[in-house]
Amino acid sequence: MCLAIPAKVVKVQNSKAQVDFGEGVLREVDVSLVDVKVGDYVLVHAGYAIQVLSREEAEETLRLWREILEVESTLGPK
Amino acid sequence: MFEQLKFRDQNLASRIAAKIQEIAPKNDVVKICHVCGTHEWTITHYGLRSLLPPTVEVIAGPGCPVCVTPASEVDEAVVLAIKGVVVTCFGDVLRVPGSEQSLLDAKAKGADVRVVYSVLDAVRMAEKEPSKEFVFFAIGFETTAPSTAIEILRKPPKNLSFLVSHRLIPPAMELLLGIGDLHIDGFIAPGHVSTVIGLKAYEIFPKAYRMPTVVAGFEPLDVLFAIYMVLKQLREGVARLENEYVRAVSWEGNTKAQEAMYKAFDIVDGEWRGLGKLPSSAFRLKDEHAAFDAREKFRVRITRGRDLPPGCQCHLVMIGKIRPTECPLFMKICTPQKPVGACMVSMEGTCRIWAKSIR
Repeated sequence: MCLAIPAKVVKVQNSKAQVDFGEGVLREVDVSLVDVKVGDYVLVHAGYAIQVLSREEAEETLRLWREILEVESTLGPK
Repeated sequence: MFEQLKFRDQNLASRIAAKIQEIAPKNDVVKICHVCGTHEWTITHYGLRSLLPPTVEVIAGPGCPVCVTPASEVDEAVVLAIKGVVVTCFGDVLRVPGSEQSLLDAKAKGADVRVVYSVLDAVRMAEKEPSKEFVFFAIGFETTAPSTAIEILRKPPKNLSFLVSHRLIPPAMELLLGIGDLHIDGFIAPGHVSTVIGLKAYEIFPKAYRMPTVVAGFEPLDVLFAIYMVLKQLREGVARLENEYVRAVSWEGNTKAQEAMYKAFDIVDGEWRGLGKLPSSAFRLKDEHAAFDAREKFRVRITRGRDLPPGCQCHLVMIGKIRPTECPLFMKICTPQKPVGACMVSMEGTCRIWAKSIR
């Protein structure tokens, strides 16, 4: 029920947008809950975009993960 | 493209699993609770529990909106359907048990019950068939509530009203902390609810309850890193609110969505299936939108229902007190083909997810 799928905005018209879920699968979704432009990625839940995804933050997440993994264990025995 | 990013990288997964092993307590068992059906799906589908040491237990809280909807509210929808109103709902809602019957049972007897993908479908149906009365059975947490709110604020067609049964996640998390023998050590908060309500909604958990809380996304690596982040806090003896899902969740959340919800709804006490009444845990349509309130319009209000069929342990599964396999009905008389309890009905129900993965 709280599942939301990322999609790329390909066309915006007032409160509606055509989005691409990948492989060229286009659907019309409502974008009145977000501020979007063509090229943005949005999270779509039950026909409504609920949030704009940040590509920079996604890359930042991966960078942070690597950082966590590269840190030598500094934890002493518990 | 987001899907090309390595959120399912096996090499990273095995490395973070090793980190978890390294940081996990050696003797005491810690219990981390998530509150989202989609998190349970990720954990079970990718076998993440098998990567965890025996001292780290991840339990599923009441994170399935269909499961927590009380029988009395399903009964209201069934009564409306039997009255001749067209009841529209999400697919998951169709089979959720009421006291005596589900919407699917009513449909089998000739009632007009229709599955929609979105509340917008219900609006379009009502516009197309103005001679019929339509009701949208609005179930879901804060992820779903804004779309219901938006359509109410847009003044839908007069022949569409709403049976609002939305619930809020933070009060359910507070309920879990009030259960004396559950002993939760940390929370993984649901990513998509958090895109709407923001990180700020969970501030109370580390502050008032000293409970490490990490908002997480839904890829297997998101969940593994969130587990690591909770364990690290426990190790350091601190309780912080951290955000693992920064690509979608901000401190404030989606303020437009919040505004829509608070314009359309008041926050009231709400019944949760098998758990009783939780304070400030449900949305109710504001008085100014009473014309779109199906309960007012059709004078249907049922306050008591039978939440649990005999032997059903859904209420204990929903708070993570028992595993589905500990319920005497699980996969014996309660199966995905013939579900008895709500947790076996919904795609997000813990029992249903377990049933699909153990076969």
